[in-house]
Amino acid sequence: MKKYFSFFKIRFIHGLQYRAAAYAGIATQFAWGGLTLLMFAAFYKTGASSFPMTFPELSSYIWLQQAFLALFMTWYFDNDIMNSIVTGNIAYELCRPIDLYVMWFLKNMAVRSSRAVLRCFPVLIIAFCLPEPFNMSLPKTFSSGFLFLLSVIMGFMVLTAFNMLVYITMFYTVSPMGIRILAVSLLEFLTGAIIPIPFFPEGLKKVLLLLPFGSMQNTPFLIYNGYLSGPEIGQGLLLQTGWLLGLTVLGYLYMKKALLRTTVQGG
Amino acid sequence: MKLYFKYAAILLKSQMQYKASFFMTMIGQFLVSFSVFLGLYFMFQRFPSVEGFTYSEVLLCFAVMLTAFSLAECFVRGFDMFSVIISNGEFDRMMVRPQNAVLQVLASRIEFTRVGRLLQAIVVFVYAVPKSGVLWTWDKILTVLFMITGGFFVFSGLFVIYASFCFFTTEGLEFMNILTDGGREFGKFPFSIYGEKVLKFFTYIVPLALFQYYPFLYLIGRSDSLFHMLLPLLSILFLVPANLFWKFGLRHYKSTGS
Repeated sequence: MKKYFSFFKIRFIHGLQYRAAAYAGIATQFAWGGLTLLMFAAFYKTGASSFPMTFPELSSYIWLQQAFLALFMTWYFDNDIMNSIVTGNIAYELCRPIDLYVMWFLKNMAVRSSRAVLRCFPVLIIAFCLPEPFNMSLPKTFSSGFLFLLSVIMGFMVLTAFNMLVYITMFYTVSPMGIRILAVSLLEFLTGAIIPIPFFPEGLKKVLLLLPFGSMQNTPFLIYNGYLSGPEIGQGLLLQTGWLLGLTVLGYLYMKKALLRTTVQGG
Repeated sequence: MKLYFKYAAILLKSQMQYKASFFMTMIGQFLVSFSVFLGLYFMFQRFPSVEGFTYSEVLLCFAVMLTAFSLAECFVRGFDMFSVIISNGEFDRMMVRPQNAVLQVLASRIEFTRVGRLLQAIVVFVYAVPKSGVLWTWDKILTVLFMITGGFFVFSGLFVIYASFCFFTTEGLEFMNILTDGGREFGKFPFSIYGEKVLKFFTYIVPLALFQYYPFLYLIGRSDSLFHMLLPLLSILFLVPANLFWKFGLRHYKSTGS
């Protein structure tokens, strides 16, 4: 247990080194979030009644999305891991007395969370100071703020568990680019990174909420902005737990199976 | 030019070595832009129009933007990866060869998989052209061609500027993404919906609106001014400052060693 923890710590501290890149990133995220909100504002002007949530709720959603982008970004896949599969360096990792699944899982979490820690506070602070209705608001109640934190961590882990499946699939394809971009485009759309899930048509929305995609960024952000309330929050958290367990077990078994038939080419 | 095609042929061959991956990447490219299209579609299921622009009109705008961007990305991709070329010292090798450095950077990487995105643009065009209610006289067709050409050059210019920054910073600068990827992403709507200030920014500072918003007004019949139709040609001038900046950066280039 201790070795996994220290591994996480090393990776996390390593990630904190890139501060200049983080500040440049924050500027980008501001412009991106701002333009997204202006776009929704234009739609809001045309048909406020067809809006699935209030505008301040949407503002909170968009800024949370930007602040925690690093946690939920779909296009990030660890190059080290992909290269180790392509170049065969994975042979070294397999010699070590550690579980590969756990290590990769932690590595992904460390990189993403260190980036998020660097970026989220400036984004959140400035977003709170923006003029209404484009600003970010506080959570409605103390408990929903707390549940949001819990749900963010869960959603983050569901996404990581999903990504693990993608990594493992790369064992079978040799060149990782194709499978990667397929996964990215699926995730991007279905997790609500392009437009929030409440904006989807009713039927599709219901299906997505039950799938793991709805349990990633969707649940925590909707808890925070008050779109979900009461029993819905409990339901969301329960689904998240279920998917986290399901995907982890699936990934663990899938990895075992893939490793059984892995041949490292050359050396 | 002949050399460029030679490079292109070699790159195509090498990319075809991983056939399954090539086609998967291509399908992926298609799906990425398809998901953007679906997002647009879902929004317009909820709302009939935005700031007076209808669904099919916006689609037309989206298709033009996507075509221009994917063409630029396909051929000028070498500049996008320039930070890698500089940091691994490959640029030093390019400089000592008796060929134009720009040509070599251009030819260092051509992403044929972007055809997937282009395909998406064509599908949207086929869908939007009859639906848009535009009377397709020759001047309208010319306008679309102008828009795509202008867009191709403006995006190319942006890629060149992005690469030139690498002369000073070695790393690519993330904030440029808001102009390139962001331009594509937000350019699916006419820039006027983002408000006056954003429109001015994209007119006078980064001329994305010159090949998008103004000629688009002419295209859908909101404006009769020939000036608007010809504005995309003006936007090609964006290559001038881009080129100057590239030269300026080149003069300041210090090798990173290898």
